[in-house]
Amino acid sequence: MADEVILLDFWPSMFGMRVRIALAEKGIEYQYREEDLMNKSPLLLKMNPVHKKIPVLIHNGKPVCESLIAVEYIDEVWKDKAQILPSDPYQRAQARFWADYVDKKVNAVARNVWATKGEEQEAAKKEFIEILKVLEGELGDKPYFGGETFGLTDISLIGYYCWFYAYETFGIFSIESECPKLIAWAKRCMEKESVSKSLADPHKVYDFVLGMKKRHGQE
Amino acid sequence: MEEVKVYGVWASPYSQKVIWALKLKGVKFDYIEEDLHNKSQKLLQYNPVYKKIPVLVHGEKPVAESVVILDYIEETWPENPLLPKDAYERAVARFWIQFGQEKSPTFHAFFRTAGEQQEKAVKEALEVLKILEEKGLGDKKFFGGNNIGLVDISFGWLAHWLEGMEEVVGIKLMEPSTLPRLHKWIKNFKEVPVIQENLPDPEKLLAYFKVLREKFVRDLPSNDQ
Repeated sequence: MADEVILLDFWPSMFGMRVRIALAEKGIEYQYREEDLMNKSPLLLKMNPVHKKIPVLIHNGKPVCESLIAVEYIDEVWKDKAQILPSDPYQRAQARFWADYVDKKVNAVARNVWATKGEEQEAAKKEFIEILKVLEGELGDKPYFGGETFGLTDISLIGYYCWFYAYETFGIFSIESECPKLIAWAKRCMEKESVSKSLADPHKVYDFVLGMKKRHGQE
Repeated sequence: MEEVKVYGVWASPYSQKVIWALKLKGVKFDYIEEDLHNKSQKLLQYNPVYKKIPVLVHGEKPVAESVVILDYIEETWPENPLLPKDAYERAVARFWIQFGQEKSPTFHAFFRTAGEQQEKAVKEALEVLKILEEKGLGDKKFFGGNNIGLVDISFGWLAHWLEGMEEVVGIKLMEPSTLPRLHKWIKNFKEVPVIQENLPDPEKLLAYFKVLREKFVRDLPSNDQ
């Protein structure tokens, strides 16, 4: 029986990118469906009635919501290649801890880096860099967060990389000068086709953010 | 067999979740009570990122964050499984656990605020509980089906901590008439022997909530009181 896999997504979403990367890593064929978040499709509302958000992975008609849950699901179902989580329970716990750290810490602060001004923006920039430095510390000298192979934590964070240009331009700062090892890691990830094909163009993301700021009367 | 230690706080539903999971699997462990106003060197060493409880230490290897700890326990001690075998059912279970995590600020606001802010929190909390009952629990006895699982454990705080919070705040969220299935779930959950035998003393918890609530109200900006 052939698998039917559909991904409901929105092109600049760093959360959607996580699922795209996981699907690409496993070589899974799927239908990508772009959602208009101002006009959500009946399918999205049916498949994610609780949150009404993307990404939603639909596997043979059954929805999996929440990006990291979808990534783990993909790893468990398509076991035969490109293992995303390590086999050892302790290593798995570390991978999940850091993916959770990205979710808890990066998102809210990153938004404030482009969405605020003045003192609030300065505070957001400072906190953002502090968070990236913690992640950089955890990466250490390893090629990827999990060690030799690309895995869950890398997937949870890399989508933000295509947003860095927008953050830097609106925040007037350089992430690379503060966190060179993290940028080196990001470039290493971008050498993988699964990543480079899944991330959005940074200039398009910038235009998207500019559009959002204008709509909220910030430009 | 490697030593298992749990660093927790008696009043915390987060550390209690870890204790329930270990006991349900018959895993022996040492429990260390932390003083959150004077955190031990060990705790700071084992959880340098958040400096919080609970932390599980297995043969000197620390695991932090209760959701991560529960997954670790499930995978390390597979006897008496607390998650479904089927990958899809597991994804659904994880969805509800994450839902609970995401909505905790609403319940914090319910307990810590007053006036308009609290009214807003009450409205949101009731919506959350309705979704949980209708879409999460449905007609099942437990979130895990016939037996309790990690989702039930994650919502364990609703079964014992919420009533103390409600009493102190003077607002009831869990009405049997509006949330009959969740109400029944609470009763069933507390009848599970491991749960029944591992709940903080309700009187002690109530006194603790009273002190906390007084402090929160005192610290509110005056126009919120």
